[in-house]
Amino acid sequence: MTDGHGLEDKSHFRGVWVFLEQRAGRLRDVSTQLIGEGRRLADARGTSLTGILPGHQVDGLAEYAVGYGLDRVIVVDNSLLDFYRSRPYAEAMSQLIRRHKPEIVLFGASKNGRDLGGRLHAMLETGLAADCVKFDIDAEGNLDMIRPSFGGKSLAHILCKKHRPQMASVRRNVFVAPPHLAEWKGEIVHETVELSPKDVDTTLLDFQEFTKEGGLRPEEADIVVGGGYGLADPKNFAMLQELADRLGGAVAASRKAVDSGWVPKMLQVGQTGMTVRPKLYIAVGISGAVQHLAGMQESEKILVINIDPKAPLFDIADYGIVGDLFEIVPEMIRQLDALKAGGAARPAVPAEAR
Amino acid sequence: MSTAAPDVRMLRIIVCIKQVPKAQELQVDPVTQTLKRVGVPSEINPPDANALELALTLKDRHGAEVVVLSMGPTSFDESLERAVAMGADRSVLLTDRILGGSDTVPTAYALSETIEKIGGYDLILCGEETTDASTGHVGPGIAGHLDLPQITYVSDIRIVDGKVRARRTAEDGTEYWETAMPTLCTVNFGCNTPRSPTLTGKIRVKRGGMIVHRSCADVGIDPKKVGLLNSPTIVAKVDTVKLPPRAGRIFSGEAMDAVRALLETLIRDRVIVP
Repeated sequence: MTDGHGLEDKSHFRGVWVFLEQRAGRLRDVSTQLIGEGRRLADARGTSLTGILPGHQVDGLAEYAVGYGLDRVIVVDNSLLDFYRSRPYAEAMSQLIRRHKPEIVLFGASKNGRDLGGRLHAMLETGLAADCVKFDIDAEGNLDMIRPSFGGKSLAHILCKKHRPQMASVRRNVFVAPPHLAEWKGEIVHETVELSPKDVDTTLLDFQEFTKEGGLRPEEADIVVGGGYGLADPKNFAMLQELADRLGGAVAASRKAVDSGWVPKMLQVGQTGMTVRPKLYIAVGISGAVQHLAGMQESEKILVINIDPKAPLFDIADYGIVGDLFEIVPEMIRQLDALKAGGAARPAVPAEAR
Repeated sequence: MSTAAPDVRMLRIIVCIKQVPKAQELQVDPVTQTLKRVGVPSEINPPDANALELALTLKDRHGAEVVVLSMGPTSFDESLERAVAMGADRSVLLTDRILGGSDTVPTAYALSETIEKIGGYDLILCGEETTDASTGHVGPGIAGHLDLPQITYVSDIRIVDGKVRARRTAEDGTEYWETAMPTLCTVNFGCNTPRSPTLTGKIRVKRGGMIVHRSCADVGIDPKKVGLLNSPTIVAKVDTVKLPPRAGRIFSGEAMDAVRALLETLIRDRVIVP
């Protein structure tokens, strides 16, 4: 978006914005994580940090969001924005951006965040970098948007020099949410946008929530046990679940295991799946395609169990066992049970203590 | 040319595809530390192949004309031929030197203009993202340009009473959406198994005329809005990722001994606490 001004004149675009994504009355984790990074960028640019919250009856959420470090929240309260729908949200965001001209807008790279950002960047004709893992400010004051390319084998620095705002999306768990401080002071501003019922061009007929069988989701777990093609049969994922249960962890899978129809897509770790950064990632029967690495290489510790000593994942392992997973995993379960007799094996820091 | 009654127009589905290097073949050159691209075989971007399969399924169910659209060099003909051999009715390649280096904004613009030129469409399908750039921005970008309803991350589509009903996968559940046509949907990677080319399809390709090349001038694309110089984003530089060195302690021997040594180490390193 150049807005009739000369392309080189960007000075009237000021401020860092974070799109605050809410679902069923709660802020998405990725949004709170982005507030922390947004704060850093706003400070580096000597400007303010604003959260944008479209929704309906969300004032409480706006006040809560401030505590993560926002200078203000712009609330757009409209019943047509009650839950996420592409066109009403894109219309609301484009009107706000044209009105206020922020220099940076950050989105969570959730399904809805990508749906929104993709539509919006074409409407505004400005740059949008997907799945950024790091940001810097370059010497000219541009946002250096750093994202993995080719499944994580390299990092590309994306600049959007002439167009504003500079927009970027970030996946969940790339940044750590800042502490919530109830005493943090920020302003709540209510604004309106032009929306009519005609803008609602899609109807949500039904929603079926995924059942949480194992309890913990991999993205939330301190220990993740990932299973790959080496498991040979979907039945064997039950064994991984047993191991995960003993460690207070969650089960995930490689793309090959998902493509084989063994486990649902929602458990897939990697480039086209989710990103996890647990304290311990246990890769069982996963050779380690770059696409898988992209989703787990930021794990604090990596344990690899594979029969093939040449499996690429051993290259990034902190610990490894070269051997038959059908012997190793049951033996781990057995010994963990034995240890439990004298004290439970748990993650080093329980989740509730963080 | 349709045999249907004149008042019953056949459904027209446009599927946008990209040709990408086969992901599993990508390797980093150990000397230059850059990606080896030369000689890497290509394929239809896998999520786009799922979009095509979904279009062909809808054709099987309801009858439809499936038009495949791509933008890129003429080497993309390979993928368009495959799409036709799989069952697409025809294909269009937008190919023009001035498009080189376009990011997602000009790409969405140029594809939108070409879609308008094809015209008469009811449904536009794209893959959820490409495996080489993985932004997922072009599909919603086209919907934004054409001002169409959009439903992303779709695994299945039914056409009921002239409307699209789509099953969308969110992070926490499955959503069922309905919208009027024309509309744009992006299709989940792996939601179906793309069919193989058929002999009849291959013969149609052999006969020729299944791929039409179009330049920007043919379509009426503004040269000032496409290409590297008219893209909002640039890749300033690319760093090779150097992962932090990891301890790489490998335990071996009998399963019982290896596991005992491993667990002792994990406990000592406070990765797990007994």
